[in-house]
Amino acid sequence: MKMKTLAAMAIGATMAAAPAMAELVIPDLSYRTGPYAAGGTPFSDGYQDYFNLLNARDGGIGGEAVRIVECETGYNTEKGVECYESTKGEGALIYQPLSTGITYQLIPKATADEIPIHTMGYGRTSAANGEVFNWVFNYPANYWDAASVAVNYLLDENGGSLDGKKIALVYHNSAYGKEPIRTLEALSEMHGFTLSQLAVDHPGQEQKSQWLQIRRERPDYVLMWGWGVMNQVAVQEAANINFPMENFIGNWWAGAEHDVTPAGAAANGYKSLNMNRVVDYPVLEEIKSQVHEAGNAAGDGSNVGKVLYVRGMYAAMLAAEAIAKAQEIHGVSAVTPAMVRDGMEALEITNARMAELGMEGIGPEFSVSCQDHGGAGQGLVQQWNASAGTWEPLTDFISPDDSVIAPLVAEDSAAFAAESNITPGCL
Amino acid sequence: MLYREAGDFKTSYHADNQTFPIKFDRIGFWITMAIAFLVIPFVINDYWANAIFVPFLIYAIAAIGLNILTGYCGQVSLGTGGFMAVGAYACYKLMTAFPDVSIVIHIILAGGITAAVGAAFGLPSLRIKGFYLAVATLAAQFFLVWLFNKVSWFYNYSASGQINAPERFVAGVAVTGPNTAPWAQYMICLVFLTVCALIARNLTRGTVGRSWMAIRDMDIAAEIIGVNPLKAKLTAFAVSSFFVGISGALFFSVYLGAVEVGEAFGIQKSFLVLFMIIIGGLGSIFGCFAGAAFLVLLPVALKVLGVDVLGWPTDLVAHLNLVIVGALIMFFLIKEPHGLAQLWRLAKEKLRLWPFPY
Repeated sequence: MKMKTLAAMAIGATMAAAPAMAELVIPDLSYRTGPYAAGGTPFSDGYQDYFNLLNARDGGIGGEAVRIVECETGYNTEKGVECYESTKGEGALIYQPLSTGITYQLIPKATADEIPIHTMGYGRTSAANGEVFNWVFNYPANYWDAASVAVNYLLDENGGSLDGKKIALVYHNSAYGKEPIRTLEALSEMHGFTLSQLAVDHPGQEQKSQWLQIRRERPDYVLMWGWGVMNQVAVQEAANINFPMENFIGNWWAGAEHDVTPAGAAANGYKSLNMNRVVDYPVLEEIKSQVHEAGNAAGDGSNVGKVLYVRGMYAAMLAAEAIAKAQEIHGVSAVTPAMVRDGMEALEITNARMAELGMEGIGPEFSVSCQDHGGAGQGLVQQWNASAGTWEPLTDFISPDDSVIAPLVAEDSAAFAAESNITPGCL
Repeated sequence: MLYREAGDFKTSYHADNQTFPIKFDRIGFWITMAIAFLVIPFVINDYWANAIFVPFLIYAIAAIGLNILTGYCGQVSLGTGGFMAVGAYACYKLMTAFPDVSIVIHIILAGGITAAVGAAFGLPSLRIKGFYLAVATLAAQFFLVWLFNKVSWFYNYSASGQINAPERFVAGVAVTGPNTAPWAQYMICLVFLTVCALIARNLTRGTVGRSWMAIRDMDIAAEIIGVNPLKAKLTAFAVSSFFVGISGALFFSVYLGAVEVGEAFGIQKSFLVLFMIIIGGLGSIFGCFAGAAFLVLLPVALKVLGVDVLGWPTDLVAHLNLVIVGALIMFFLIKEPHGLAQLWRLAKEKLRLWPFPY
């Protein structure tokens, strides 16, 4: 009996380790457990469902079937490294770790292994400088764009001036939450608002003292860089101190349904940024009919159409388009990670293409180049309507202030290049 | 038959006092060393290094450190994660401040700095004991994590608060940074572990170790027979923190390459190392290895079995993993409170009496 199980394990291990021929391997470093599962699950569902749809509808990408290899990271960097090492041997084409901490781990490793990473709206902001970070892409937008978009929105609300206003930043005390501080400090100098910083430690269930301080200081606006259970607690605490919800703006990782529903009607009016518009796209119907009804849904299938589900689907679409582009450039259908990187660098997303894919207006139009891996950097502001239970887009895509962000990106990426002995240049 | 003292004659005090008095143990030790040094480096790949061997070796060093403090000297500590963070940040600051000095010296110095910090936090142990000391070390854990988050000097004012290990070489071979070969990562950890284990083993057999154990068994009696509690407790804290600091430095520079203090060195890390020595066996060097191997290998083995072989959903396996590890910890605490090392000891005892056990 024991020998049998051992033999089965050995066969399983060799089968898992053998390089699969003529397949496009996409690892999904997901997290469906732990304090960040509420955000990780819908994103992963959307990411996988879209690839499953491509398999069911088009027979994959360019005639090559997609094989998804899921690996649970629990938002933990050690497990993330283990997942990366265990999946890269299978011929992984592109990584989407959905964690800034894991991204920091993977940037040097994936660069050495020559596998592209796509960190959509998270990760290391200065990776937008493609000459230093050849293998890392963070289009369509990054954290510093988000900070600038939020400030631009507030400028608009206040007739173009934030002079003398007080803005508090409530942030997750990690690499993720600290990322926007540098930009917000530069912006506060430029626009004359005072910025106070309130750190919330992992996992973010303890926020009483931070919100007490907000109650005492009475800032005009509160910005939040939160993720996981922290968002729900923050919205509830803001409601508890009667902070006006319309002056409370989360970033795009703090604006999903599960972040606001626990606070009920009290969360009505809470705003957040978003990098993908959430409406009823025709592609969602296709996913339901061709993937879910065929029994291939990732997860329990209950997340279709939610904010983070749509974002995961958007991420998968961008990856699929990059792979298609790579197939077009190199003229082969079985692409390698290096070819996918070329495809990502030549990626161009137009309104016409998005409409063709059944997701018209899901994101801004943008194109990627060797110098600019960051995309358009645009984001919109959405508001939660508690009675209808929907996020309503308030604005169209707002552009960030590139005159502030570009020098910061140049400075930070130059520091990284010096630290790691990289000579900036195109591949 | 093979495993017995009979026939293995000792002709000198030196031979009588050796670490492994039984010939079979000695042979086993040298075979293990030969495999570890001469076979594994040639067959290891990225996955085995990063998922299994490197974390196992590093956690074994941390477990040795904590076992000296808790297992040998009886001072409960929940500050292991914080002390590992001291080692990691000390190593980072040294690496970036003196790029021309060898990384090996930086890691040892990082251990030394951690030893000083550990001894400072060990001072309350002269007044408080048991649970109260555990709470004091818990304060150290939270204070140190807060410090490395708050003071940007420690992470060289980087925007994200992350520290990244630059590339460093030992004898021309990269041991940190992204281009490190898996065997190089493995070898540097293995060399550090071997040296640490030998030092720890010999310390615990000598005067210092005996004074630690005297304090552990009954501190008042120890004081009466002439053991200086100040010296014994503070040396235990310093030596323990030295090893923990080395493991923290390796954890950051060789294993992960980039860390964020709250995530990598949080309270969970302290508990993880504590579980390792409890499951492995308090007051045993072998137990440190057994406990570290158990807690590093088990999740990986369960994952391979559940996801790759049986094809279960990843979240289900992750949850089952928590359940199984928790249940096994309880099982061991009830069935074998002295840990895996005691099972090993019993097995050896039985072997000596074989084939006529009584």
